[in-house]
Amino acid sequence: MDHLDKLEAQSVYILREAYREFKSLCMLWSIGKDSTVMLWLARKAFFGHVPIPLVHIDTHYKIPEMILYRDRIALEWNLNMMYGENREALESKLTFPDGNTDRITCCKYLKSEALKHTLSGEWPRYRMDHDLKHYVPDEGKEPYTGVIVGVRADEEGSRSKERYFSPRDKDNVWDVGDQPPEFWNQFKTDFSPGTHVRIHPLLDWTELNIWEYIEREKIPVVSLYFNQGSGTRYRSLGCYPCTNPVDSGSRTVSEIIDELKSGRLSNIAERSGRAQDSEDGGLETLRRDGYM
Amino acid sequence: MNIVIVGHVDHGKSTVIGRLLADTGTLPKGKLESVKENCRRNSKPFEYAFLLDALKDEQSQGITIDMARCFFKTAERDYIIIDAPGHIEFLKNMITGASRAESALLVIDVDEGIRENSKRHGQMVSMLGVKQVTVLVNKMDLVNFSEEVFEKLKADYSDFLAQIKVKPVSFIPVSAREGDNIATLSGRMPWYKGATVLQQLDRFTNNKQLQDKPFRFPVQDIYKFTRQNDDRRIVAGSVSAGSVSVGDEVLFLPSGKQSAIQSVESFNTTPKQIAITGEALGFTLTTQIYIRPGELMVKPSEPLPEVGTRFRVNIFWVGRAPMIMQKEYKLKIGSARTSVKLAEICNTLDASDLSYSKNKHQLDCRDVGECILETSRPIAFDPASASETTGRFVIVDNYEITGGGIVIENLSTDETLLQRHIRERENNWEKGLIRSEERELANRHRAKFIVFTGVPGTGKRSVAKALEQGLFANRLNAYYLGVANIDRGLDADLGYHVDNAGERMRRIGELARILTDAGLIFITTIDDADDYDIETLKQLNEPSDILVVNMGENGFSRYHPDLQLPAGGTIADAVKEVADMLKTKEIIIEYQI
Repeated sequence: MDHLDKLEAQSVYILREAYREFKSLCMLWSIGKDSTVMLWLARKAFFGHVPIPLVHIDTHYKIPEMILYRDRIALEWNLNMMYGENREALESKLTFPDGNTDRITCCKYLKSEALKHTLSGEWPRYRMDHDLKHYVPDEGKEPYTGVIVGVRADEEGSRSKERYFSPRDKDNVWDVGDQPPEFWNQFKTDFSPGTHVRIHPLLDWTELNIWEYIEREKIPVVSLYFNQGSGTRYRSLGCYPCTNPVDSGSRTVSEIIDELKSGRLSNIAERSGRAQDSEDGGLETLRRDGYM
Repeated sequence: MNIVIVGHVDHGKSTVIGRLLADTGTLPKGKLESVKENCRRNSKPFEYAFLLDALKDEQSQGITIDMARCFFKTAERDYIIIDAPGHIEFLKNMITGASRAESALLVIDVDEGIRENSKRHGQMVSMLGVKQVTVLVNKMDLVNFSEEVFEKLKADYSDFLAQIKVKPVSFIPVSAREGDNIATLSGRMPWYKGATVLQQLDRFTNNKQLQDKPFRFPVQDIYKFTRQNDDRRIVAGSVSAGSVSVGDEVLFLPSGKQSAIQSVESFNTTPKQIAITGEALGFTLTTQIYIRPGELMVKPSEPLPEVGTRFRVNIFWVGRAPMIMQKEYKLKIGSARTSVKLAEICNTLDASDLSYSKNKHQLDCRDVGECILETSRPIAFDPASASETTGRFVIVDNYEITGGGIVIENLSTDETLLQRHIRERENNWEKGLIRSEERELANRHRAKFIVFTGVPGTGKRSVAKALEQGLFANRLNAYYLGVANIDRGLDADLGYHVDNAGERMRRIGELARILTDAGLIFITTIDDADDYDIETLKQLNEPSDILVVNMGENGFSRYHPDLQLPAGGTIADAVKEVADMLKTKEIIIEYQI
């Protein structure tokens, strides 16, 4: 088994462990390359099926290609696709693009808050109806007790501290200083009422591993990752007001791999195109508050 | 390859990692700059260790609070370096790091010498099964790169490691801060002829031995995605040792069921004929057998694992509350989960001060104990000396993993806690003045404990209640007890914890003992009981007898229920069949509808 085989096997093991132990389980799909690889790994784990609902937090400021891609794949792969949103903040225009908040607060409202209340079932969820081919309100209101998230340890400092199975308390707080032990391949699969567990199958993957795996498995990803003539491409996807493409000529997956291995990108942080990270506190403040 | 780096606080682990990242050209430009900038702003001299201290509270405390992963690559292969904290408070993180590693770097400050954590971490790494250990003797610049000082420390530490049966691969004198012997050999220690740290990492070998061991496949789950028009019934899991091929005979333990591999299942790969160690995949079997997640699939042609309920173990306890006798915990081994009790403590080692004790009655936080555990139902395992992956377990207390350990030997021929309990109970049973024969004569029937079981939804309760009614109409003393009544009454103190499954079963058994002693035909239902549930009830109910009626699919492996009823029949037919059997067995003399 090579390095990618081992990473794949470990992720599959984690996904199956989550599916076995959590009766109310969902997978967050950001439409980005990482969580798309994770979705693919779920198809590996469950032999072509995805028996877990996929949840997307729609800020309604996502780059339009992302949403088109999401819905196309949802129909093609027969996914139980859900989305949630912060309707109140959007309606009252409490957002950064509307000029009413800073970037971090906007992230907090449109992502962290929306996520928290979508997972808990307090705010409406919308489910893709495969016959109608559009979204309908979902009747399910039960909170998700297991949430599968595609974070990678190499992305940024705080993520390198994560466990595969990481408990969050009632307020979604992550007690980073007192995390449960993970002995061998036994994880925290028991949780007390009111709490939930985040599950991180991609923790050991690097950005390069992700692209090598996409290449090997021929996984379809959003076209925004590739240079389509402008000499730029997105390296990390988010909302259009806060996400900038990087200068790069890579048109294919293998060109991205070459670029990561030897090119100039190896010296630039992956999320450097994400403007919210550079505000005071940045990603870490967001993550403590429940951001992925 | 996963490498864990351990050692005492301030002995320089983070500096070693920072150096490795810098010297292999792994650092993103922004990261180093931002850390340097941060140091400048806080008027601190830059140290490589700060690179890893990514979190705010970590920097303010100045100690590594958690296990962090770093990635780098040499010409040879990819590495994940797991930075395990040295501080005693963060032992859980150290364990998490070390239990994932294939090799370990143990860092010792040459100036401070061997400290508490140098020993404790040596011990932990050994117990967690990390076989390849290299000792980095750090801060050589503080002792003028003296060969003599290095050799002295090497001799002392080798002695200690020998006591705990660890044989280090090598000792390397380094100065992580200055970069000596990390990526390139140091000109300041010409007397050192060994490998640099990077060369040593590349020389560690991947664990290949597991592939040659007997096949072990903990069954993680059984999938059937019928609603997606997929009729495959797939036994899913990861191969923890050995290999298996299409056509091979397989045996499931502890149930003892047998079948053969029909196909190896995987998604988006070329068809596979063989599954090897480390692969996460699935199998279909040539016969439809009822197996549950948690069984261990093996090949009957190879050395078999042990099966038992009582075994000697080494436990490392990290729970805030101590591990105590009498209490039920949850045990997870391979893919099996069962309830477990601490039966005996043979001796303990306090990991804080490394003192031994032979007379403790509980395991406190950071104790390593040689103990005897008893599970409520048998588990399949290998002693850790035979195959490490199937001999490791964790213990869950109140939702948290609070301990981990390895099985040393099977002690299943000993008297179990349950057997001892029943022996003592019966020796002290206070009898009334009425003999059971007198009761039988007066009642016109014998006492009996009747258990209806089967998967949920087979109509067990309706039949059980109708049976009570029918017996009553025949003026026989029968009593039906709904399990929900016990949950809210007798078991109210247990809550809905899975860990208490054994205690719940015990209470039903004790009730049966009393009610059958009172001469009743005592009827209850248990969802999906297995062989060991029935065995437990049977023992607890002694000297009275148990009678088991299974409805629908038979989930037992070896146990033969006294009566097998179909799931879809009428209640009246079912009651009649049970009554007929009661007559045959001379529990009752006659029964009129």
